[in-house]
Amino acid sequence: MTENILEVRDLVKHYPVTRGVVFKKTIGHVKAVDGVSLELKAGETLGVVGESGCGKSTLARVLMNLERPTAGSVNYKGQDISKLSGGALRRLRRQIQLVMQDPYTSLNPRMTVGDLIGEPFEIHPEVAPKGSRRDKVKELLDLVGLNPEHINRYPHQFSGGQRQRIGIARALALRPEIIICDEPVSALDVSIQAQVMNLLEKLQAELGLSYVFIAHDLSVVRHLSDRVAVMYLGKIVEIGTEDEIYERPTHPYTQALLSAVPVPDPTLRDQKAIIRLTGDVPSPVSPPSGCRFRTRCWKAQDVCAEQVPLLEIRSGSDHPSACHFAEKREIVASHEV
Amino acid sequence: MSDPSTASIVSTPPATMPTEAGSGAPVDAGLPGNARKEKPRGLLGDAWRDLRRKPLFWVSAVLILIFVLMAAFPSLFTSGDPVNGTLANSQVKPSADAWFGYDVQGRDVYARTIYGARASIVVALISTIGTLLIGGAIGMIAGYAGGWVDALLSRFADIFFGLPFVLGAIVILTTFNGAGSSNGEWYIMGLVIMSLVVLSWPVVMRLMRSSVLATKEADYIVAARALGAGHGRIILKHLLPNCLAPLLVYGTIMVGSFIGAEATLSFLGIGLKSPVVSWGISISEAQNYIRVSPFLLFFPSAFLVTAVLSFVMLGEAVREALDPKLR
Amino acid sequence: MSDILVSEQSKPGAAGSGRPSGRLLEVEDLRVEFRTRDGVAKVINGVTYHVDAGETLAVLGESGSGKSVTAQTIMGILDTPPGFVTGGQVRFHGKDMLTMSAEERRRIRGEGIAMIFQDALSALNPVFTVGFQIAEQFRIRRGLSRSDAKKRAIEMLDQVKIPNAKGRFSNYPHQFSGGMRQRAMIAMSLALDPEVLIADEPTTALDVTVQAQIMDLLAELQRERQMGMILITHDLGVVADVADRIAVMYAGRIVEEANVYDLYAKPAHPYTMGLIDSIPRMDERGQQLRTIKGLPPNLMNIPPGCPFNPRCPMAQPVCREKLPPLLQIGTDRASACHFAEDLVNRD
Repeated sequence: MTENILEVRDLVKHYPVTRGVVFKKTIGHVKAVDGVSLELKAGETLGVVGESGCGKSTLARVLMNLERPTAGSVNYKGQDISKLSGGALRRLRRQIQLVMQDPYTSLNPRMTVGDLIGEPFEIHPEVAPKGSRRDKVKELLDLVGLNPEHINRYPHQFSGGQRQRIGIARALALRPEIIICDEPVSALDVSIQAQVMNLLEKLQAELGLSYVFIAHDLSVVRHLSDRVAVMYLGKIVEIGTEDEIYERPTHPYTQALLSAVPVPDPTLRDQKAIIRLTGDVPSPVSPPSGCRFRTRCWKAQDVCAEQVPLLEIRSGSDHPSACHFAEKREIVASHEV
Repeated sequence: MSDPSTASIVSTPPATMPTEAGSGAPVDAGLPGNARKEKPRGLLGDAWRDLRRKPLFWVSAVLILIFVLMAAFPSLFTSGDPVNGTLANSQVKPSADAWFGYDVQGRDVYARTIYGARASIVVALISTIGTLLIGGAIGMIAGYAGGWVDALLSRFADIFFGLPFVLGAIVILTTFNGAGSSNGEWYIMGLVIMSLVVLSWPVVMRLMRSSVLATKEADYIVAARALGAGHGRIILKHLLPNCLAPLLVYGTIMVGSFIGAEATLSFLGIGLKSPVVSWGISISEAQNYIRVSPFLLFFPSAFLVTAVLSFVMLGEAVREALDPKLR
Repeated sequence: MSDILVSEQSKPGAAGSGRPSGRLLEVEDLRVEFRTRDGVAKVINGVTYHVDAGETLAVLGESGSGKSVTAQTIMGILDTPPGFVTGGQVRFHGKDMLTMSAEERRRIRGEGIAMIFQDALSALNPVFTVGFQIAEQFRIRRGLSRSDAKKRAIEMLDQVKIPNAKGRFSNYPHQFSGGMRQRAMIAMSLALDPEVLIADEPTTALDVTVQAQIMDLLAELQRERQMGMILITHDLGVVADVADRIAVMYAGRIVEEANVYDLYAKPAHPYTMGLIDSIPRMDERGQQLRTIKGLPPNLMNIPPGCPFNPRCPMAQPVCREKLPPLLQIGTDRASACHFAEDLVNRD
């Protein structure tokens, strides 16, 4: 199955920055997502990595149609979901679900686990007849590795990893095709993180899910993704298969990002050539002209300030890379063990 | 896998579970042993467990129970007649015969104080419920809708908020219940309740609005929207239960202050009037004889203060129980 | 408690170990419990570690392992109630801080031991400028004049590589980016030239590229000042880059202590082994991650015997009965596992 089930074209999401209380005046826009195109194939995992403020969480919200895009389209099987509303939107929600980052705030503390996981069935009563819901909830609990007898407990009686499982069970209840995972493991401890990642992989294999996996942790993304998109300041700077991005990155930002990941092996500490980026990510209200990375890039030339580099296959890159001077660079040879 | 409809997701045999790296052990291995036996409880259950341990709660709860019984069944506490007296008994001091003595017109003060609870408690409870309903609903709408709806409702509330409480009540009540008017007991009570509600709802509205604003952006609300939940479900199932706690606390304290407010208005002569029996009226009548018969003032005042204090204390206890930070 | 028998012999290779009593900061058999309405949680159950001048001790553990509470107890900022120290010592230059007067302790704070936190935004006071908060220390603790203090504060901002330190002096914390704020907090804690710096998850809230900058800065400042550093973290990657020695904590105990190379090459405790195995690595994909099954124990109800036994893949009956003490294996490391020798001697 290689058909695209989700196609994102030139997606833009700007938030107005206003001043004044009664008479609001728009003084600028936060360009959270600024022209993103990507597609998701059935059954694959597309990783989206980037640092805080790069727009990856906004992307998740727009893909979920929790926010309307400023421009561009999100096509699910040929249907532009960003234009749906009412009943059509509600039906669509069955196909695309969300797993959120913080397992402590994403579950209503006043509802029992049974109510939480059963809520999707109440919103979409056509999915499961009333009598069967409780059994379905129990089976979902079992599916995500929780004890079905805990159906009457409240979220605060569970640990972080268990709550994330509850969140996953809830997202699975309607049997969606696509699950958007917004930093699903970054709030968890290492050993628990591994359990949840394994669960996500298992569910994908068993249920044929497609994931958009958004995270800032590059090793987590690599572990789960088939293809990876790297975001910087609202744009995708490089996209390719997991191998292309991690073994042959051609955009300087990707290279810097990869080189900065700490490797859990002390014997490599002196062999690593970390590319030190200076400064911070510029404000998304007034991003730099031309290439947005140029202010922190060691390769920047005049052309970078003038021309926006397109995300395309270039002479130095076998996969789309948005850099005028895209080329391979051996980053951390020592990644081989 | 392209048919996402009702096919049961759960047909997965549990036997595949061990794919999770041999973690056959129950995931809840770390839960405390006692948590397994304990009944699940929500936040209110937790609060209740906390309340049960507080002496403050028990003292105020018992007092409130007594006052409520007094209001509902005054004959349980006294067989005296609160309305008719013998003038011969005028201003007789407390004795074994009449514990609180007799007032100017020779009426049994004990009986009057007991019967006086009804007016105070009924007015306070109904006003509180009205204030919570109106203020809560408007606050919920303003906070949830946001934008111009919020701006409009907030300004509207500000107008009422700006009225000084006593002055506002005097204006309303003298207009409808001025000196010389002969309105019935229940009509006056209704007026008093209305003026209390009209002048108090903005506080509750603000409380609710800020509570809703803080909760509206919570992840679980976003999660509910992502599931396709409509406005009604989000408000009733998710926002309301999580915004209720501060209102509950404020409401309890409000009952206390409304008891005081009712007495104040009666004292000023614009609230309930004789022959209705209420603490405020008793206090008002007693003030002329304070030097000769201080007990006439003392007993109704003591009941009034105790009732107000009980509700305030209960509110305090509830607030501590509901506030997780104080735990 | 006699079950904690970590040898106090100095570790070769650690800078500053030449001095006879070079122990800068020693924690010995520290015990802390939290008394809550639900019961008593034994958060720290006999922790012993030390740090010398110029060395970096990494305290590694997951949430609830007690790593941060130990640091708070050292700094004397433990919330009491609910936290109570029920035993043990924290010695700074050989003197027990827990029995000192409040005045003496206060003097050590800042000048002797300083701490930086994970969340710089909440650790800095939002109503004062960053510069003022740094300068204030010079004025109060060093008695400098306003202008001298300002000069020193600007020097400090410069040392932590905040560009345009002079201009940044009068900025408020919210005007700084995450990385800059963390730098400002480092400047603040190093202002009084402490001998020991406790860094509690200093880079957890930061992006990887900024994390690398901050860790570099910390390493550089530590080298210059020959500080002892206690790095508290859950990130095995960061630890591998900067630590000299590592103490792994689990359920309020140290389960393994070793130098960084030994620990990664051959963990001597199954918990450490499980942790290292469960990190997704950049160089492998698609395989099942090996995990540690189950959850950390509830601290109000720690299982008898070895606290790790319900999750341990190699648990034996003895593990459910006897608490393994932290024992020396070989010359340079210690482990609290009944089968530590077997683990180390395996191929």
